[in-house]
Amino acid sequence: MKSHAPIGRDRASVAGKQPPIDEETDLLIIGAGPAGISAALTAAAGGGVRVTLVDENPVPLKTMGEEVPLHFGGRMAATVGNRNAVLESVLRARPQLEEAIEAGIDVRLGTAAWGLFPQRRTAGWIDGHVAGLADEDRAYLLRFKQVIVAAGCRDMGVAFDGWQRPGVMGASAAYRLTSIYQALDSRTAVLVGGGTEALQIGNALADAGIRIAAVIEQAEAISGPAELLSRLVASGTRVFTRHIIQQTVGDLQGVAAVRVAPIDGEGNRLSDSLERIECDTVLLGIAAIPAIELIEAVGCAVSFQPARGGHVAVIDGLQRSSLPFLYVAGDCAGVWPSKTLSDNTARREGRIAAMAALRALGAKHDDTQEAPIAPDQVAGDVALERLEWVRAMTLRSAVVPFVCQCEEVTAADVLQLNPPRYLQWRGDASESWRLGAVDPEGTPHPDVVKRLTRAGMGPCQGRRCREQIAALVALGSGRALADIPLATYRPPVRPLRLAQLAVLPEAAAMGEGWESWFGIPSQWIPFWRLEPPYSAAESSAEEPVSGE
Amino acid sequence: MSSRNGAGAAVVIVGGGVTGLSAAWWLAREGVDTLVIEAAAAGWGASGRNGGGCSHHHSPLFREEQRLWPLMDELLGYPTEFQPNRIRIALDERQFALYRRALDNGARQGYRSEVLDPKQVRELVPLAGDNVFGGYFHHFGGHANPHRTLQAYACAMRDCGGRLLQHTRALGFDTRDNRVVGVRTSRGTFACDHIVIAAGPATGELASLLGVTVPLMSARAEMIVTEPLPLMSLGGVDGNGLYGRQTLRGNLAYGGGPHEWIDVADIENGRPYSTPLLASISRRLSELLPKAAHARVIRSWAGFIENTPDGRPVIDRPIAVENLTIATLSSVGFGVSPAAGRAIRDLVMTGTCSFADLSTLTLARFARLRTDWQTLQGWLPRAVCAGE
Repeated sequence: MKSHAPIGRDRASVAGKQPPIDEETDLLIIGAGPAGISAALTAAAGGGVRVTLVDENPVPLKTMGEEVPLHFGGRMAATVGNRNAVLESVLRARPQLEEAIEAGIDVRLGTAAWGLFPQRRTAGWIDGHVAGLADEDRAYLLRFKQVIVAAGCRDMGVAFDGWQRPGVMGASAAYRLTSIYQALDSRTAVLVGGGTEALQIGNALADAGIRIAAVIEQAEAISGPAELLSRLVASGTRVFTRHIIQQTVGDLQGVAAVRVAPIDGEGNRLSDSLERIECDTVLLGIAAIPAIELIEAVGCAVSFQPARGGHVAVIDGLQRSSLPFLYVAGDCAGVWPSKTLSDNTARREGRIAAMAALRALGAKHDDTQEAPIAPDQVAGDVALERLEWVRAMTLRSAVVPFVCQCEEVTAADVLQLNPPRYLQWRGDASESWRLGAVDPEGTPHPDVVKRLTRAGMGPCQGRRCREQIAALVALGSGRALADIPLATYRPPVRPLRLAQLAVLPEAAAMGEGWESWFGIPSQWIPFWRLEPPYSAAESSAEEPVSGE
Repeated sequence: MSSRNGAGAAVVIVGGGVTGLSAAWWLAREGVDTLVIEAAAAGWGASGRNGGGCSHHHSPLFREEQRLWPLMDELLGYPTEFQPNRIRIALDERQFALYRRALDNGARQGYRSEVLDPKQVRELVPLAGDNVFGGYFHHFGGHANPHRTLQAYACAMRDCGGRLLQHTRALGFDTRDNRVVGVRTSRGTFACDHIVIAAGPATGELASLLGVTVPLMSARAEMIVTEPLPLMSLGGVDGNGLYGRQTLRGNLAYGGGPHEWIDVADIENGRPYSTPLLASISRRLSELLPKAAHARVIRSWAGFIENTPDGRPVIDRPIAVENLTIATLSSVGFGVSPAAGRAIRDLVMTGTCSFADLSTLTLARFARLRTDWQTLQGWLPRAVCAGE
């Protein structure tokens, strides 16, 4: 500063109130799947770099029950409640975790990352970059220099009659429960979607002893590999193309059967004669959605990239995002068929990201150049397929299912921007209050839909409805799905109890001036007592003041 | 004032937040041809990122604020989720003393409040705990849903023939003989008979293009939202340094705590980021409503808010330009917006406010403002403090 004027002190400002943070690492890796573990082992091999690898599994049972981070559909076996047993199961499923621990990597299981907070010009009160982490009891902050996000993927939801029943779940949620938790409570399942990811999971579940009664696909043909399909067919799976699930039939345990309906190329139901298929589980395998919530919430540039399966971070050949300290690897960097079929691509992405991070840290690293990873050339139109699913399953549904189950919002509510039911608003909304009218100059924005209908604002944090809402906005406005802006993500990207966040340490000075809104005494002097003018020379008042 | 066709309007309002949209609605109701220009989407700034409180008893607009809110759903024809009355809880003697101001200010203007003992607080607020020191029940004020109210203003304005142009950035002004004759924007120039600048943090810079100094500094503040909880009989419950409410859906939406001064030029993509401050807000909310400590925080948000040097609004027609009205509500704009919009309509149409004395809200009070006021008050972005 050139000026020598005394700097006054704003007691109510956040400056100087940064929280004590006693944990620090050089490289934080979020997600201990193939990409994350590979990144961690690569980084640790460089030597001299502190590496911390966190993974939210085992996820607390209560969180799973809220369909976070995946749509578990209530099909967790009771063993999930036994934390020690589950921990052992996680370690058994991922033997390389032992290797990571032996390599000196700080491995933290049962630890979710709920936010990344880099120091930036408009949010600079905490020095360096910090990650918000949480285990079952407490939330805490970890300072880091570089971060690799390898957070995997989740499943796109699609609403139909009875999809709220226990047993309707994401395909990757079922795979997670089978492969890592050994705790999928299902005997017979119907698989919705015939892409590579869905068929791969279908086969894995069949190998685990779950009967896949049928594959339902709205398109003319199954798009996944013929070999994976014929393995399922050989085990007795029936294949229904140009079909959708009309409804689930339930009993006390949830799904007991589904009724499937034939459709035409426009998504219209062709007949009322519905075939009933007995099953206890419906696996939603329409689309594997890269889990970008941490990446988007921290402000990485994100775009809709069909070859990578939807909205993902914009990256370069070194897996670097638009933020200089953040890399992505594994399914959260993009999902495509050959990557699904073999872990090798994810592992290579992890290695490339780790080497780039080591270089940024100025640490020793292997200088061999890995070829950049490129997604497969996709044959179909990912965006169009998603619109077709939503059109056939949800929009043409005979009943009116809730697209957003948490907030009970239907497709019609989304399209008409209806105020939420709890308001019992009987006013006759004019033409002014329509999707097209609210923002006629711009592309309709799911954030606006969210604000007005509450769709996506519930405890599952929009995980089951986000892509459907985007699809409905596209269908309702006649635009391409790729053109619909992404609704923003906000921390905490995992639901956290107030009490859990409350134990996060804070500076002693945090309470100073807390009461005061901006701490401007003249702001709250009643107008009848004011004596303008105001010069700022009088503003040294230290008297306590409270805001409204 | 005449209506005009083509690219322009009798009144062009720069800023589609609550203040600008309310003013536009009030003007459109009178049949005035009104156009609102908004750089992002309606209410994308602080207007859609606040606690929704409607009890500003220190303000000359208070009486009108209180008169209008219970009528707003009907006047607008759209829901605002307005709920009357407010309870404020003190957890210690100091807070109890600080919060008394609302009772005194209300009483002086003819509004009733009651002092509550801890038992009464717990009876009225089932989520409160054993740590209550005391409280106040105000038979005035209340809260509304900012998002819904914003959209209600916009739609009601449209229903009266007003127009809202979003994603349109004001770039400059055409002037002739001390009058603004047109607004240059990213979508062309719009002619006008009168111009209103109500552009939040951008108000200072836009006004300066017309040679009018509006001293402002902007800051970032944060709020959190929990999952829905069973509805309490009165949602307007705050205190312990927090402002906010239980929404009609049942979520607890609260904010408070320290702000961070920023340079408006540093804002990336218009996006305010929240920080680990959300944990400090959670801590105080779990103290305020201990029986909600199990509730899960599912979202947070941040917003950029502008303040004048004395923290009070400017609603004024500066003499330097004949047909200009300036409005910044200085970090407290949502609740008073029904009254502020009406006041702006009066200033635009007649030059004076018909229902309140706005002499304390003029720019003239800063005539002797020291040039180093930001430094004197410590209102400096971190980069400046660090000498970057």
